[in-house]
Amino acid sequence: MLEAYLSLFIKSIFIENMALSFFLGMCTFLAVSKKVDTAMGLGIAVIVVQTITVPTNYLIYTFVLKAGALSWAGYPEVDLSFLGLISYIGVIAAMVQILEMALDKFFPPLYNALGIFLPLITVNCAILAGSLFMVERDYNFGESVVYGVGSGAGWALAIVALAGIREKMAYSDVPDGLKGLGITFISVGLMALAFMSFSGIQL
Amino acid sequence: MAKITKVLFDPIFKENPIALQILGICSALAVTSKMDTVIAMTLALIFVTSMSNLSVSLIRNYIPTNIRIIVQMTIIASLVIIVDQVLKAYAFSISKQLSVYVGLIITNCIVMGRAEAYAMKNGPWMSFVDGLGNALGYGLILFIVGFFRELFGSGKLLGFNILTPITEGGWYPTNGLLLLPPSAFFLIGFIIWVLRTWKKDQIEEEN
Repeated sequence: MLEAYLSLFIKSIFIENMALSFFLGMCTFLAVSKKVDTAMGLGIAVIVVQTITVPTNYLIYTFVLKAGALSWAGYPEVDLSFLGLISYIGVIAAMVQILEMALDKFFPPLYNALGIFLPLITVNCAILAGSLFMVERDYNFGESVVYGVGSGAGWALAIVALAGIREKMAYSDVPDGLKGLGITFISVGLMALAFMSFSGIQL
Repeated sequence: MAKITKVLFDPIFKENPIALQILGICSALAVTSKMDTVIAMTLALIFVTSMSNLSVSLIRNYIPTNIRIIVQMTIIASLVIIVDQVLKAYAFSISKQLSVYVGLIITNCIVMGRAEAYAMKNGPWMSFVDGLGNALGYGLILFIVGFFRELFGSGKLLGFNILTPITEGGWYPTNGLLLLPPSAFFLIGFIIWVLRTWKKDQIEEEN
């Protein structure tokens, strides 16, 4: 049991890395990776939000949306799964808002550290994709918690690594047309190639 | 009329959403290994961006500022659900290939970004045109990337053999790298390079 969770965790960090194998959350990934500190802040925020939203969406999917899920309320023939997308994004937006208020009230230092990144996360496709993959792959509750933590951690790892590379890139002589975005794309491409070497690992 | 042309064509070369504004990159990378998914994705995005810009702009004066993100999200999500259901009904195999990326149009930053940056401030008709222009700019990059990846990666276009690969008795050794996702990064990097060599004012300053 524990082994299965552990291998899912490793798999979601390295083999199925959100950023480098599925290319999710790319907009923020490229835009907020100029400095390691900010990248770290955003990475932690993504881990926190992902850990909360994936299991929450699992509960909503299983007990409200899935075909026959409403049988506990006496409507076994209702299938609301077409409302999936709108409910997940609603849950994510609401969770981010609640998290922001809770952090502000109980952990002001953490709130100050994450502050500007939290609202950005609502539109980070990695978060929504986490929930969609969870539904598509039929994870159970335990797996969805592990998958949430793991996929968030994988994304954070990738953005911190990219920020490290971009900080070092300041010392290199890049052709004018490639400066900034162009060279960043090409370095992410190389990172993705490197991460592909994990894909041969069987767990 | 001149204004419409400007709003429609500026996003295609001058302010391309992918190459300059860094918007909507996820799907640009993931769906471009074949031309048919590129076409489906572009059509879906044209519909969603222009309609969401139109609807957001129509109600822009009634949206309270602090809940505007949620309102925009709801509009966009409803439009994406329409696209998703239509694809499932009429193009099931493409819908399977696009898998979660159809749903991810919701968080495609082009849609959100244009609703927030343009439709909240401008009239419905211009917003519609702006949405159309940005979706076309996005589609252009997708077409270029998809064209190169499918033609040189598997020697085909839209499933028809153009360069007959060796495996099917032809002469063309297929380039497997182009079928792998990282190649999309390289291609977009090179497109940006070409675009910025052509339009010098897009070059970023050293910081």
